[in-house]
Amino acid sequence: MSEVKYSKEHEWIKLDGDEATIGITKHATEMLGDIVFAELPEKGSNVDKDGTAGVVESTKAASDVYTPVSGEVIDTNQMIVDDPSKINEDPEESAWFFKLKIKDKSEMDSLMSKEEYEKFAKETSA
Amino acid sequence: MSIKKTSLNNLHIKYGAKLVEFAGYQMPIQYKDGIIQEHKYTRSHSGIFDVSHMGQLFISGSDDLAIDLEKIFPADLKKLKINQSKYSFLMNNKGGIQDDLIITKTSDGFLIILNAACKYNDYEVIKSKLDNQYKLNLDDSLSLIALQGPEAKNVLNKVIPGCDSLKFMNGNNYVYKNEKVYITRSGYTGEDGFEISIKHSDVETFVESLIENGSKLIGLGARDTLRMEAGLCLYGNDLDNDTSPIEANLKWAIPKSRIETEFVGSEVLKNQFQSGVKKLRVGIKPDSKVIARGNTKIYNDKNQEIGKVTSGTFGPSVEHPIAMGYVDNSYSTVNTKIFLEVRGKKIPANICNLPFYKKNYVKGEINV
Repeated sequence: MSEVKYSKEHEWIKLDGDEATIGITKHATEMLGDIVFAELPEKGSNVDKDGTAGVVESTKAASDVYTPVSGEVIDTNQMIVDDPSKINEDPEESAWFFKLKIKDKSEMDSLMSKEEYEKFAKETSA
Repeated sequence: MSIKKTSLNNLHIKYGAKLVEFAGYQMPIQYKDGIIQEHKYTRSHSGIFDVSHMGQLFISGSDDLAIDLEKIFPADLKKLKINQSKYSFLMNNKGGIQDDLIITKTSDGFLIILNAACKYNDYEVIKSKLDNQYKLNLDDSLSLIALQGPEAKNVLNKVIPGCDSLKFMNGNNYVYKNEKVYITRSGYTGEDGFEISIKHSDVETFVESLIENGSKLIGLGARDTLRMEAGLCLYGNDLDNDTSPIEANLKWAIPKSRIETEFVGSEVLKNQFQSGVKKLRVGIKPDSKVIARGNTKIYNDKNQEIGKVTSGTFGPSVEHPIAMGYVDNSYSTVNTKIFLEVRGKKIPANICNLPFYKKNYVKGEINV
């Protein structure tokens, strides 16, 4: 069974072997409002834990997307670039951002479980 | 200073508003539907905007009032008919804009609608320039509601019959629940619409009846995307103390009859009319889907900085990023290729005509 964890920057990460799928949480989309632009990292590039790996923009403002773990970008989701509103519709499934071949599984250890994240999101948005 | 609330605060909360602080007031940035749906609803049906944070300044006194106000504002106030409105500016001596405003002639003087963030300063400036000879009332007993969109006239006519006969940039007195309301046909969205000045005690019932007749509350977020598509300026972003109406491409708001006369800032303006300006406000359309926000630097094809974006967003009706800003006048021609620096990259864009979205006003006079 694959493991889903969450970052304080409101990204989710789903690990399958050494392949990770990363996106932003439903809570993040609710804070952002209508998303109208998405920029993704280049396939083949390397991204470092907590580094910038994309951008989302709502009608109101731009926000960086961070990667919760380090790795090589092996795939990106063109669907959300073509139609950014999909991120509001289905943020934690079909509207994923990018996939990584991860370097160090232990980087997952500092991330939050679903329960921990929900508590964190509630506290920080209050 | 504590944050102020408008008389519709409870209603905003009832309809699921996300509240933010704006110009010292707690205001709705959006409701449950979100900015894009609210924007589109205003363009296709009608939207209700709480703009009670704006200033409603009533000035009355002797017959010389129009003459004295013309010494301040570059508008044709002596010729203005009762209930007629004009867009104008409060300028400083350098011709910079301290506020942009709408002046309406009333039966006993003038009503000036001021931006929320500027209203107290405007009041002091106008009062001192009028030498305390007139009665000034920055009336805080009134709410101000804008109703905008193609259905605005039908919705408002059901609640206050007769108002659909108003012409654009004209106003009149009406009665709602046995109380006087003052309505003008004007707005800030590029759509036909009205602004209704109404007592605080009646405003909640009034807005609920607009909602019952098919309108929806719209937040400041959609108000901003609507006005940007319409090519209209936001004071503090696109207009400021260092920018003149000529530079802001708002020359049309200064009647020819006033160019040779005196008002605050007239010397600078006269000079700019004759010799031209160095910078000019333009519309900007990025080639790609990248959004250039306010303060984005603008470059020419030789990588030289030529200006700055002052407002930028995604236009929900034009379905493309849009922006406006100031460029060196030699780059202001439509279709000039420019580059916008966004996150370190130079994004190609073109100077384009304003508005981005075609206006839909009900014309009563042609002066635009």
